[in-house]
Amino acid sequence: MSKKPTTTKAQPETTGHSWDGIEEYNNPLPRWWLWTFYLTIIWGLIYTILYPAWPLVEGATQGLWGGNPRTSVAAEIQRFDDANAGIEAKLVAADLTAISADQELVGFATNAGAAVFKTWCAQCHGAGAAGAKGYPNLNDNDWLWGGTIEDIHTTIQHGIRNTEDADARYSEMPRFGADELLESEQIDQVVHYVLQLSGQDNDAALAAEGATVFADNCAACHAEDGSGDRAQGAPNLTDAIWLYGGDAAALTETVTNARFGVMPAWSGRLSEADIRAVATWVHSRGGGE
Amino acid sequence: MSSSETPPALYAAREPIFPRRVKGNFRTLKWVIMVVTLGIYYVTPWLRWDRGPSLPDQAVLVDLANRRFFFFMIEIWPDEFYFIAGLLIMAGLGLFLFTSALGRVWCGYTCPQTVWTDLFILVERWVEGDRNARVRLWNQKWDLRKFRLRMTKWFIWLLIGLATGGAWVFYFTDAPTLARDLFTLDAHPIAYSTMGILTVTTFVFGGFAREQICIYACPWPRIQAAMMDEDTLVVAYREWRGEPRGKLKKGELDPSQGDCIDCMACVNVCPVGIDIRNGQQLECITCALCIDACDEVMDRIGKPRGLIGYMALKDETVERAGGHPKQLWKHILRPRTLLYTALWSAVGVGLIVALFMRSPIDFNVTPERNPIFVTLSDGSIRNAYEIRLRNKQPEDRPFLLSLTSDSPLALSLEGRESYVVTVPADETLTQRVYVTAPPGSRAAVADRTAIRLWIVDQVNQDRVYANTVFNGKDQ
Repeated sequence: MSKKPTTTKAQPETTGHSWDGIEEYNNPLPRWWLWTFYLTIIWGLIYTILYPAWPLVEGATQGLWGGNPRTSVAAEIQRFDDANAGIEAKLVAADLTAISADQELVGFATNAGAAVFKTWCAQCHGAGAAGAKGYPNLNDNDWLWGGTIEDIHTTIQHGIRNTEDADARYSEMPRFGADELLESEQIDQVVHYVLQLSGQDNDAALAAEGATVFADNCAACHAEDGSGDRAQGAPNLTDAIWLYGGDAAALTETVTNARFGVMPAWSGRLSEADIRAVATWVHSRGGGE
Repeated sequence: MSSSETPPALYAAREPIFPRRVKGNFRTLKWVIMVVTLGIYYVTPWLRWDRGPSLPDQAVLVDLANRRFFFFMIEIWPDEFYFIAGLLIMAGLGLFLFTSALGRVWCGYTCPQTVWTDLFILVERWVEGDRNARVRLWNQKWDLRKFRLRMTKWFIWLLIGLATGGAWVFYFTDAPTLARDLFTLDAHPIAYSTMGILTVTTFVFGGFAREQICIYACPWPRIQAAMMDEDTLVVAYREWRGEPRGKLKKGELDPSQGDCIDCMACVNVCPVGIDIRNGQQLECITCALCIDACDEVMDRIGKPRGLIGYMALKDETVERAGGHPKQLWKHILRPRTLLYTALWSAVGVGLIVALFMRSPIDFNVTPERNPIFVTLSDGSIRNAYEIRLRNKQPEDRPFLLSLTSDSPLALSLEGRESYVVTVPADETLTQRVYVTAPPGSRAAVADRTAIRLWIVDQVNQDRVYANTVFNGKDQ
């Protein structure tokens, strides 16, 4: 019994302390609670022996169980790599064009590819692959070097205009103004001709003159009708998509100083499976051919 | 303040409690509740409910692996977890209602800690005898008999603990299969470790910790105080009737003394070891066993029952002055309990309505935000959407996707030539969908245009839609 049997109504026991007549009830903590507290301390000590804990002059104790977060993370990554090994091998072995027909491969490749893209590609092309000035939007249906899965795959493998990969896609537009290949009036004329090609407001007289300039200087790469040439990465000048801007000022700048967009080669940095995965993902953004 | 005395100890050992056996209405009620609640707990996982060949036939099943919750005819998917949240809210409000009306009735009758402790005390009495025998056994030195009795008791407790933990894991997987696997040692390690933990906690909490859990570990008694007022029923001692207490003299009650004959029956039966005659105490779980014990004594000495009884504190002053207490329903029906009842019912009705309004097809549309639109080479504007279609049927289902809008918009699906997507049985499919506005059209240049995507089940023609927006190239 916690209360002694009494014949009168019991008064609660006090600690005997009294401050200005206010007394303190004596409600001692249960002793098991104290033991629980000691147990947690013992638990803590054992924990620091089993796991890395105590700082030393250099490093820290390694713990009897030898576990540490770095090795567990490495083991965890290894576990996932092992789990993915089978399907990655299948992805690498598959014919690129056949990937889209295999639901299992598409599911894996688009998920893995999205992660690869966010890690390696988003810095330039943006998290949503929407690009920016000078960095192509990969969601649209306009492709400088081709939009089939093979084209995209090759572009990612070797990159564009880089010096590290001999197979990088390469082309170079002349600096028509800076190298004085064209007079400034001719540049004005060809700019208005390009504006006309792409259906924008233009000075018809200048554009008419520009047609000749275009045929003499530009058509070799951009084709006679201005629709570009994917073999050389020469952009289509008749559509609504402009990598560096499509207004007169931007076009003048392009013709005068040319553009030289660069993309690194990824074959040395990413595994073939990762490259195929990210190619599949890019191909599935709505513009894939 | 006296400094000469030794200061009182900061810690106290648990005082052992040996509740005596008692008979009475409340005890009977508690037995019934114990059988019913334990029965529900142990039997439920074994109930079967036919759902066809592809779904489990366990009536109540929390299928964590497949993220489903089955409750008889109801099947809850993870996105419908608000049903569970709603049930928990109802449980909470129900607890508030009962507490404000009847005090700690949850603690005294239905709390698992109380029910299992009661069961453990029953076992203790079967093995070691009633209170006096148990006190003697406690005080005596260890000998073979004490060892045998203790071992028997603990063994039975362990079996009950094992059954408790065992029943728990049956709620999470097919019970007959798991039962077989448990015996053949083929069950998942988590099943064994869960059973182990629950066995140990049941054994320790029901056998040794008992009232310590209620007094020191459980937060609910402290929260309960906020729901109680002077109309709430509590177990109380009518001290104006009982005092001055005194022993019977030659079997007779001295006319100058009160009805309490200080027989200690109320104290001896108390599972938390308090003397109810000291007034309201935080240890009291209102199990009402002291009422049964005292009524038995009152019957024997020919005094009216109810020296200890359920009472609202509001009635105390009335009764003390010789008046009659209010009727029970007048205590229970008051704004507070009516409000709790109204809230409880509102949530319940809301859940039932939601249950019947559940769409047969689960269809979600998420517009792509990055980028919000894409300009295509011909100048048209394209938006991308991610649609999620959930097929709750046990077989593959083709769904036809279509679009309605005031503007001329074209729909296309990534990687598909047609507008039909087939979702495998019992799965969710994610499909990227494009909506394209021709160059210069209203939707292409407007900031936002409302559109509606439709899904038609090609088998039974069920249709659902989702509203979303088309973002134009705002100029």
